[in-house]
Amino acid sequence: MSILGTRVVRTEDPRLLTAGGTYVDDLRLPELARAARVTFVRSPIAHALITGIDACAARAAPGVVAVFTAADLDDLPPPPPDDDGGGGGGEAAPLPLGGPWSEPLLAIDRVRFVGEPVAMVITDDQYQGEDAAELVSVDYEPLQPVVGTDAALAGASLVFPAAATNVAVTSGAPADATAFDGCEVVVQATIANQRLAPVPMEARAAAAHWADGKLTVWSSTQNAQISRFILAGALGLDPGSIRVVAPDVGGGFGAKIGVDRDALLVAWAARRTGRALRWAETRTENQLAMTHGRAQRQVIKIGGTRDGRILAYRLEVVQDTGAYPRMGGFLPFLTSLMATGAYDIGTVETAFRVVVTNTTPISAYRGAGRPEATAAIERAVDLFAAEIGMDPAQLRRINLVPPDKFPFSSPCGAVYDTGAYAQALDKVLAGAGYQDLRAEQARRRERGDPVQLGIGLASYVEITAGDAAGGETARLVVHGDGTVTVYTGSSAHGQGHHTAWAMLVEAELGIEMAKVTVVHGDTDLIPLGVGTYASRSLQLGGVAVQKAAIDVKDQARRVAADMLEASEADLELDTERGAWQVRGDPESSRTWAEVAGHAGAGGLAADVNYTDGQPTFPFGAHLAVAEVDIETGKARLLRHVTVDDAGTVVSPVLAEGQRHGGIAQGAAQALLEEMVYDADGNPVTGTLVDYAIITAAELPSFELLQSETPATINPLGVKGIGEAGTIGAAPAVQNAVIDAVSHLGVRHIDMPVTPARVWAAIDEARQSR
Amino acid sequence: MKVSLTANGSQVAAEVADRTLLVHFLRDEAGLSATNVGCDTSSCGACTVLLNGRSVKSCTVLAAQADGCDVVTVEGLAADGDELHPVQRAFRAEHALQCGFCTPGMVMATVSLLAENPAPTEDEVRAALEGNLCRCTGYHNIVRAVLAAAAERSLR
Repeated sequence: MSILGTRVVRTEDPRLLTAGGTYVDDLRLPELARAARVTFVRSPIAHALITGIDACAARAAPGVVAVFTAADLDDLPPPPPDDDGGGGGGEAAPLPLGGPWSEPLLAIDRVRFVGEPVAMVITDDQYQGEDAAELVSVDYEPLQPVVGTDAALAGASLVFPAAATNVAVTSGAPADATAFDGCEVVVQATIANQRLAPVPMEARAAAAHWADGKLTVWSSTQNAQISRFILAGALGLDPGSIRVVAPDVGGGFGAKIGVDRDALLVAWAARRTGRALRWAETRTENQLAMTHGRAQRQVIKIGGTRDGRILAYRLEVVQDTGAYPRMGGFLPFLTSLMATGAYDIGTVETAFRVVVTNTTPISAYRGAGRPEATAAIERAVDLFAAEIGMDPAQLRRINLVPPDKFPFSSPCGAVYDTGAYAQALDKVLAGAGYQDLRAEQARRRERGDPVQLGIGLASYVEITAGDAAGGETARLVVHGDGTVTVYTGSSAHGQGHHTAWAMLVEAELGIEMAKVTVVHGDTDLIPLGVGTYASRSLQLGGVAVQKAAIDVKDQARRVAADMLEASEADLELDTERGAWQVRGDPESSRTWAEVAGHAGAGGLAADVNYTDGQPTFPFGAHLAVAEVDIETGKARLLRHVTVDDAGTVVSPVLAEGQRHGGIAQGAAQALLEEMVYDADGNPVTGTLVDYAIITAAELPSFELLQSETPATINPLGVKGIGEAGTIGAAPAVQNAVIDAVSHLGVRHIDMPVTPARVWAAIDEARQSR
Repeated sequence: MKVSLTANGSQVAAEVADRTLLVHFLRDEAGLSATNVGCDTSSCGACTVLLNGRSVKSCTVLAAQADGCDVVTVEGLAADGDELHPVQRAFRAEHALQCGFCTPGMVMATVSLLAENPAPTEDEVRAALEGNLCRCTGYHNIVRAVLAAAAERSLR
């Protein structure tokens, strides 16, 4: 029996549980033995001109090696050119915009968000760095801050005067006046998908060392190879002279894709000072200066018939991309691509604008554009259900893409590969006991219980490995002692690649997992690779490992045939014993070690760069049960039941772990978390005291139901699972809380559904009755 | 000032600045880098260790306050060799860790919880771990692991 699909515990864990991981700040390498510490001086003001920097006192402070400002960055290549034709208006761009939108490494003459690096202080130890950074005196002349999408669109103050607009990207057609003709009911709403902080438990960290013309950078990143590419471009170096190592990485969630300006500066300063350098930011710096996610204002319009057929949908997005348009154009592009969700809707329009503001830049965060799409359509569907007085489960069932329509070409341009959407919905309804829950809800309403019950649904489809064309690499070597090393271009930061890749090798070659070593995140060993994001690892990196194993198996068959003086066609691999034999003759057995030993100079090794050329579309349904105290507005998540179908499951343990974490982050968005700025652009939730990161006490145990609808585009039949939980959970929990108070006349409450917002919504509904 | 303490059974003494935090003393002077710093507001619990048998957030204790004390970190939990502590074993069996960064603190908080309350309910586990943040697991498997470790202990 294959090991795939069985409950294997992780190979990573004994080390993490006894010695702890080796994160960047834990590295105790000889190259870093005398490393100095980097501390950044960051802007305390959202929008200002810099009129002077005096670092004299800091330079004279104990332990100071150097203090650098933008003026010292005199040996860097010029910033990238304007690639969108100038002045905004370009199409979706996955890379940072150049030209007038360029992001400097250190602020030059103006600061654009609280937390922007203005100067860097290098000291012998960390405590000295904190002291010396306080002594750097920066003169600011405050400018009118641009906070929020309305202010950005009004344009009274410009974040980039040279761009002459705060709108960096515009996409989509103007509304067609006839789109909703024929609809008996049309509902429209303006809703917020609030700004979130990713909060990986390990904040950003880097170390750098220059020796003999070679730069080594250890970075807490989701992709060493992309980091090397960015470093080479930013520092004007040949990629061959750079080694990037991603050691253990304490979570990423999209915010550690590539390498940020802070770590680029650490690398630059290591060369300039000739000292090995270390940098590990504080949590407060992380909350302000690592990218945030989401931050969309959405206008949703949905129309259809009174008997529940949805005919038309329009989604208009204003994406707040913060102070620099890094992934600015890309996130709302994905939102638009997935706008209609799991529904078969005839007429769809999408449009978006991306605006800059004086806040922390926005980039990928678990789901990256797709949770925003799902939140919008799932709210729209519930609003429509409320308007026509139909059970939201029934409305969904009527409009979900039916099974006979796959592959389904959505009007937004996506091709959903495989799916069983209504089946997923019916499973969660049955698993949760939907009718009983509705009956309990009715009883509480009937008796006027101060604690009301709400049931929230979300049906979703999402896109994983959206950049599948980029592929992923694997190199597999069988050594003479019968052990295996797998070099993967994918990059683990908690997902369990080392376990999953070893399972794939054992399944294919019959070499037990304990003999398989997985190596990732070192560009000297793995020059080519893409890394981990967009839930791409298994369907690209995992399949690459399987392909490499198959290639090695073919090589071994030839070698074993030679050893046994038999024809290749007569040979078989007994994967139970991990041995080659002439078919039906176990006596003729040759072990992997023997075959590898016989293979000669090249040994048994295969290099694969795999792509299936297209993304996959995982789907599912979530059902949340929430209690709301209508006297205080306090909501509590009682149950969360899900189907998350990501095709064939290789490791149930790892897949469930991804779902659990995703659900928690989605529930956190619905219930608690929000990066808040005041009118002056000061972050109000800049520490973990103020930012309400969800804890164990605010969550129930989750009820996961199984469903596997294989993908057809890759041989494993797999889809991505990393982001699905987040995408489904946020709207289900939000809908549950709104459902709990819907009988009081409440139709919508923006996320997070805090007690204050829930109470105000109840109060407003009462007033208007 | 000179600080001297016992870390995982070994005597550690070092001359450090007065303001040195216990977590930095453990990481930089005692060479025990498993204990992580995850925040700067005593919110996350990644730095949780046992100080004279009770769990503390070692970013909120001065090394000087631990002078003469007995400190246990996750490195000191397993018996000699490969034998995992029951809490470590349960965390592995239940997949209660992903990136591993919160894990040393989460394990030490669990050891402390089970010392105080050997048979907690799920709600008690969730309340007790409120001060330890995890971003990967959604806490689901951590709670299961704590309950499993408690159950295993009660059987012995």
